[in-house]
Parts: sequence; C-alpha cells; structure tokens
Amino acid sequence: MTARANEKANKKANDTGTAAATYPPRAAASGPREGMPVSLRNITRAFGATKALDGMSLDIAPGELVALLGPSGCGKTTALRIVAGFEFADAGEVLVGGRDVSGVPASRRDMGMVFQSYSLFPNMNALDNVAFGLRMRRTAGAQRRRKAAELLDMVGLSTQAAQFPHQLSGGQQQRVALARALAIEPRVLLLDEPLSALDAKVRLQLREQIRTLQQRLGTTTIFVTHDQEEALSMADRVGVMRSGKLEQVAEPSELYSRPATAFVAEFVGTMNRLPGELAGPGTVAVLGTSVAVVEGGPTSGPVDVLVRPEGLTVAPAEGGNGIVTHRTFLGGTTRVAVLLSGDTEVRVDVTSAAAAPMTPGTAVQVGLPAAPVLVASREP
Amino acid sequence: MLIAGVYFLLPLYAAFRFAGLSGFGDVFTTPGFGSSLWLSLRLAAVTWAISMVLMVPTTVYVHLRMPRMRRLLESVTILPIVIPPVVLIIGVLQVAPLALRASAWLLALEYVILALPFSYRALDAGLRSMDVKTLSEAAGSLGAGWLVTLWRVILPNMRTAVLSATILIVALVLGEFTMASLDLQQTFPAWIVLFDQENAQISVAASIFALFVTWIFLMLITVIATRQSRRTGGAEVTLFSVAPRQTIGN
Repeated sequence: MTARANEKANKKANDTGTAAATYPPRAAASGPREGMPVSLRNITRAFGATKALDGMSLDIAPGELVALLGPSGCGKTTALRIVAGFEFADAGEVLVGGRDVSGVPASRRDMGMVFQSYSLFPNMNALDNVAFGLRMRRTAGAQRRRKAAELLDMVGLSTQAAQFPHQLSGGQQQRVALARALAIEPRVLLLDEPLSALDAKVRLQLREQIRTLQQRLGTTTIFVTHDQEEALSMADRVGVMRSGKLEQVAEPSELYSRPATAFVAEFVGTMNRLPGELAGPGTVAVLGTSVAVVEGGPTSGPVDVLVRPEGLTVAPAEGGNGIVTHRTFLGGTTRVAVLLSGDTEVRVDVTSAAAAPMTPGTAVQVGLPAAPVLVASREP
Repeated sequence: MLIAGVYFLLPLYAAFRFAGLSGFGDVFTTPGFGSSLWLSLRLAAVTWAISMVLMVPTTVYVHLRMPRMRRLLESVTILPIVIPPVVLIIGVLQVAPLALRASAWLLALEYVILALPFSYRALDAGLRSMDVKTLSEAAGSLGAGWLVTLWRVILPNMRTAVLSATILIVALVLGEFTMASLDLQQTFPAWIVLFDQENAQISVAASIFALFVTWIFLMLITVIATRQSRRTGGAEVTLFSVAPRQTIGN
C-alpha cells in the first residue's frame, strides 16, 4: 500500500468511524497483555524539502524499552508520531505484532501515549481521566472505576483521584497521564519526552517509576528524549538519531564504550578531541605515542582522536605537555580541564584524591593508555 | 472613572426622572410590549443556536488543521463591524428569497453575521486557552473518534468561551435596531422607538426596563459561568477573553 493510499484509508476510517480492518482484535481486556514486537521498516517522511525521516528501520522486541535519542529536529518525535498514527509515512511500514498498521487510525491502534505537554482533560478529575480510555472501550461503569482506581494506586496517586488536573503538580499530572495510557492495556506504550517539563528531582523519581512499571507490565515501549542520561538510564536499548536516520542502536553500555560513529561518540557522554596523525595502517600518532585505531573511521586526511575523560591519564609533571585550567569536583572523581600545547583543551577524570595537588596553573603530563581509539575527520 | 460614571449614570437618572414610577406600571400593559419582547427573545435564541452550530466546529477545525487560517478568519469575521448595518440589510433584502424576506427569521440569519466578530473572538480565545492539538491527540490515542473528542473533551473545556459568546450575542440581539426596523420587524428595540412617538414616558420606562432585563440576564450568565469554570481551574468569565487556566508548577 502506498503512503498516499494509507492516508486515504485512514481518513476514510476516521470519517466513517469504522476501521478498514477489524484491528485490534476486540478481545475482553483483562489481565496483563503480552508485549508486542514492533518493527519500523524503511520509514521515510518529508516535510516540504526537509526529510524528517530518511529510511529509518528499527526492530523492537516484545516488552523491550527502546529510547530514541537525538538532538531536536533529528526526526525522533516524527518517528513516534508515525507509530502512534498521528503522522503518516511517505513510504515504509509500521508492523505491530507482525501486522502492518499503516492503514489503521490512531484511535484504533491501541497505543498508550504520554505527551510532553500536560495533556490531561481539564474538565475531568484524575479518576475520570484514567477511566476515559476504558469508557471508549465501553467497559462497564463499576469495572471501569475499579480498574482506574487500581492504576491510580499503581502510580501512587490514589488519594488524588477526585482532584482536577489544575489541582495537581506537573509530576502528578504526568503520573496520571501514564496511568491513563496504561489503563487501556496498550499494545505499545509511547512516551514523547514525558519528563522534560518537570524539574530535576521529580524527573529522577518519575524515571524510575516509569521503568519499574514498564518492566512489571512487560509493555513494549518507545521513549523519545533528547536527554542522554534519561535514555541511558532507562532503556534496554538506545537508538541515536541524526537527520532522520538511526546512527546506532545498542545497549547503553555498548553505546558508551563502543560508539559506532563520531556523532554517537560525541552525543553520548563527554568526549575529548585530540588532533592526531594517521601513521601507517590502523595506527594513529597522538600525544607522542602511537595507538591502534578502531575500524570504520577515515583512513586519510587530518583526523582527531576521540577519547573519554576517563580514557586519559594525567599527573603533575614539571615541563609536562599541559597546564591545568580548572577543576570540577564530582564526588568520588574530579574532572580536570587541561590546556595542551596547540590550544587543545581536554577534560580528564581522576580520583579526587589524585586531583588534590593539581590546582589551576599546575604543569601536568596528559597521557593515553595503549587501547584502540576512535578517530574522526578533523572539524574545521 | 468618576467622569465615566457620571457620563453613564446621568442620562439614566434623567430618564428615570422623566419616566416616573407610574410609567413602569404601564409598560407591561401597553399593547405590543409582550409580543415584541417575545420576538426579540426568540430571535436571540435562534441566533445563538445558529452561531454555535456554525462557529464551534469551524473554530475547532481551524485551530487543529489550519492554524495559519486563523489570521484570515479573524479579518473576515471583523467585516460586519466595518460594513454599516444599513448597507448589509439593504444588500440582504435585495437578494434574499421572498419567503424568507417575509419571515422574522431572516433577521436571525442577519444577526448571526452581525455577531460574527464577537462569537468568533470569544470562541477563539477559549480555544487558545487550551492545547487543542494535544488534547485531541490524547483522546484519539485512547480510542475516541473526532465526534466524541469534540463532545466530551473540547466542548466541555470551551464552556466559558461559549457562555461568553452567548452573552455577547444576546446583548447584541436585544439591542439591535437598524436592521430590525429596515426589515420591518417589530422587535423590542424597534417597538420602543415606534412607541416613543405615541407615549414618550412609557417608551423611556420600557428602555430602562430593557436595560435592566439585559443586565440581569448577563449578570446571571457571568456568575454561573464563572462558578462552573472555577471548578475545573478555569478563569473568570469576561466579555472578550478567557484567561488561561491556572496551573501550579512542578
């Protein structure tokens, strides 16, 4: 089915209030539902001349939480909205439980969604908000209220059931929104930066709560965020996006330690760039030593070596290769900023005890252990 | 404030003195009073109904699907203020079918146009005070079709705006003279002017009475609307704007 036909089918289904196919199966919603596998196949979506999504493909296992991470405008929200049915792909398909849902309107996709902005219905109290989806499914009144109360209890808001959204704090509102999305026992849970409007402390608590609930219910979840910490701490796998494409999809630890591209390396965590020189096949000269290069980088031209702050060593040394400019205390470790000759600044993590003598102005020697490093073309 | 008060109250006081208390008693028994007031009230109700059926879905649709059209719609709806009513009614009488011209309901149709600047602005302000797009998407993802979304989610949150539009429409219809008189319909204001030539005292008493009736009516709507909107965190109902809902921070 072409994208335009999809859109048409959708419109039609919306107008007549009947879906093209009987989807999803209208079984009695009781008991936790098995997680559904979700696949995005070659999704392309353009807005005018800009390609929001450029052939994106992603497979999500049942019950998995995948975070889509990337800078604003990378297409992550568009991808989520296409899965939700609020946006249509120009090409490609979305499979849920092995079936193409492209022609199914949002209201029949059975997906729970939590939005970035507060989306509770202002005219309903917390309980009625949570019960709304069940009401749309014609669940009987008593059962509906019991189920809604159960979910409010699950997000720890049973005492706020009778309160209206304007009487709830931002964090509470997002928890009600989460309960509302989960009440319909969705096939897929979609989270569109649900925490970004909240302050840091609430964000942390809610992060854990969402993850715990998601694991307990086993709901396949897509989580869109621009906050790498959020993505790394919550997700089973993280997909880093850039200009409508997935650069890498991997477990958080792998993403951090083995980034596939320079973009991923620099977007996730802190990264130092050190000017290096390619010396022979698979080696690069940097900081006076020669180290092996991770495959896949450029093989010619001027390059930078990418190293994490904990991947460098630093020690006070008369006549060393750098001077300490400032220090940031992080608890157990301290991040030391060093200005190297040639105007390159690097940040190095050392134990706070080791950092004690390195006051700003101290001459230090920065070194690189002999482990394979990532190189990237030098930026002008 | 004081000058404005004097400017407003002095003519009222003068009118009151002129009419005298006996004038008020006679108003109700004067022929034409009841029928013209009844006509005006019916016209207000019909005008209101047509305006709502026409404008609520339109403004919601424009907000959701064609946000860029808002500017255009705003300028189109202001036209009835720019064009004098005399011009409007003469144009309408030229082209309206005879059957309609003979009926009082033509006037209701004209009032719908005349009330456009007010009804559109009130509804638009109400929609701007909520995130229509997110709310309807949230409803959609929970399984609601667009009709259910409009009825259960958007309309209940527009209550204040709808009431504000109602106030303006009612006030407009109960006070409009030019169109009614050119259309040869004896609405309440038309009757007052006509009767003025017969008995000025009673006519003035009737105008003061009309003023109070309208005023009490509007007060009632405002009080009820404000009380309802307070419950869900909405703002006080004012004539032209609906303040956004208050929310507490994080």
